[in-house]
Amino acid sequence: MKVIKDLPAVFDEFAEQRKNSFLAVKKIKENGSPVVGVFCTYFPQEIAMAAGATVVGLCSMSDETVGEAEKTLPRNLCPLIKSSYGFAKTDKCPFFYFSDLIVGETTCDGKKKMYEYLGEFKPVYVMELPNSQSESGKKLWKEEIIRFKEYLEEKFETTITEDAIKDAIVLRNEERQALKDLSYLMANEPAPMLGQDIFKVLYGAGYKFDKRESIDQIKAVTETIKKDYAEGKMLEHRPRILITGCPLGGATEKVIKAIEDNGGVVVGFENCSGMKSIDEMVDETNPDVYQALADRYLNIGCSCMTPNPNRYKLLGRMIDEFQADAVVDMVLQACHTYNVESFGIKRFVNEEKGIPYMSIETDYSQADVGQLNTRMAAFVEML
Amino acid sequence: MNKKYGLGIDSGSTMTKGVLFDGEKIVKSVILPTSANPAKSLEQVYKSLFCQDVIFTVSTGYGRDLLQEADQKITEITCHAKGASFLDQDVRAVIDIGGQDCKVILLDRFLNVNDFLMNDKCAAGTGRFIEMMLRTLEQNPENLDSFVQGAVPVQMTSMCTVFAESEMVSLLAKGEKPENIAFGMIHSICKRTANFALKLPIEGKVFFSGGLARYEIFKKTLEEYLQIPVVSNENAQLAGAIGAAVLAYKKGSGRQKS
Repeated sequence: MKVIKDLPAVFDEFAEQRKNSFLAVKKIKENGSPVVGVFCTYFPQEIAMAAGATVVGLCSMSDETVGEAEKTLPRNLCPLIKSSYGFAKTDKCPFFYFSDLIVGETTCDGKKKMYEYLGEFKPVYVMELPNSQSESGKKLWKEEIIRFKEYLEEKFETTITEDAIKDAIVLRNEERQALKDLSYLMANEPAPMLGQDIFKVLYGAGYKFDKRESIDQIKAVTETIKKDYAEGKMLEHRPRILITGCPLGGATEKVIKAIEDNGGVVVGFENCSGMKSIDEMVDETNPDVYQALADRYLNIGCSCMTPNPNRYKLLGRMIDEFQADAVVDMVLQACHTYNVESFGIKRFVNEEKGIPYMSIETDYSQADVGQLNTRMAAFVEML
Repeated sequence: MNKKYGLGIDSGSTMTKGVLFDGEKIVKSVILPTSANPAKSLEQVYKSLFCQDVIFTVSTGYGRDLLQEADQKITEITCHAKGASFLDQDVRAVIDIGGQDCKVILLDRFLNVNDFLMNDKCAAGTGRFIEMMLRTLEQNPENLDSFVQGAVPVQMTSMCTVFAESEMVSLLAKGEKPENIAFGMIHSICKRTANFALKLPIEGKVFFSGGLARYEIFKKTLEEYLQIPVVSNENAQLAGAIGAAVLAYKKGSGRQKS
């Protein structure tokens, strides 16, 4: 198997940070470890880790490649799908460039159709994610995880042992717990810091390839914040906002900024960039590792599931635990499932939890920053 | 005791409005078209109203950050709610159709903002849309009410400001009467606005504010689609500035006491 090691010239233009992760991936490749590029929180990373591969989240959060994607994909499609396709097409994302395999899941309609085109020029493997968390859904997902394991063994010419999977489970659990402990610092009132700062760690953790080192860093950050908080280092009281909805990051960090520039503080993220990916642990005591993985991953409360009770469960719990004063639901333009679910989420937040709710539909452009500011300022004034 | 005033200035996309409030009534008001340099229009309104008895100034609207002299900036949502409930204590919701957006604000029984919706993605169904329509039909905006009197609304299919213009041109070419086209437009805007507003659980009177509120025909048609009583006020266009002035007076008084 050929490992891609070249550094194309376009990457020179990249900002320092992206370049750093780029160089890190390059180094990993040079050490002979394969790279698996992924899109989604449903992906059971432990399998790829057990194969000795490095798992990396693929670029999908900027509008710089949307134009290129629109040559193939319709304009009226979710920006995340367009952005990721555009990054793959233009090779502007180092992680796409170095991925020996890209794994997608049959989550939403837009993504699964996009993967068909992506597969024409990138090595794509699609896992069949069920539409619901029923018994037959769980059975399918477990089979899909095993099927993927077998595919990976053949592709990377290796054997994936259950012991290796177990080790990966323990390591990933530790990482999840570390990120969760960090996130829960925001449950304090007043909050120790702004949500935009904690988000940098949550978002950045996916781009740290040495898990051990990353876990230690996260734990150290948590301890420092705890110590500072005990010494009185904290924010003044601000209205506490919980963000829910589509994955957030890159261009859409404008939403966090609009809330916090206008006097609120984002205390939690009920989305794939936040709690959805770190809340539940994989059961380390289950001797059937595939079952344990299937149970944990399929439990994620994404709007592509029907029905989707786990989103309500997690959201309700987070509203209580993070003492949220209000909820902001961020929906990416043309994301049908989250958009449809907004009505149910509003009803739940207003009627069952008794706090205000605001839905925001946005994309990766900066065109609506003025309007976002007005909305968020008015929302915070209302609290 | 000296007179004291709260000054509120609303920098809208089309008009800049200012109100001087003495704690009970509107003492003075100004409306100017917003120029290509909104900061200049704000400054003009501010200068024409400011006097030494002004204890606090609140700016609101799209250009609210541009007034250096403002003591506080408050969004148009909060100000419209305040202004509408000042003009009519019984309102439970506000529909504001401004120059470039449309807002629906729900009030609780204490007249505080309870929820709101904004359509700020598109100029369809806003004041800008009406301006464009009347320009195409070569009509003076001042005469809109009398112009559509007795007209039969034609069905308009385009809601996009750009496409609606071409639809109007083709209807005119077919010999359709301009007043019927205008009335059709009014119907399509009101229907759209009502559907938008009814996403919120409106109970009780609706206050109609913004520039379009000065047309009786809009109020009436909107009421038809909403099936809820709609009221307005001769000062409805000033609602945002009034709210800002009322809030300014309150904040200024509070500050003086402390």
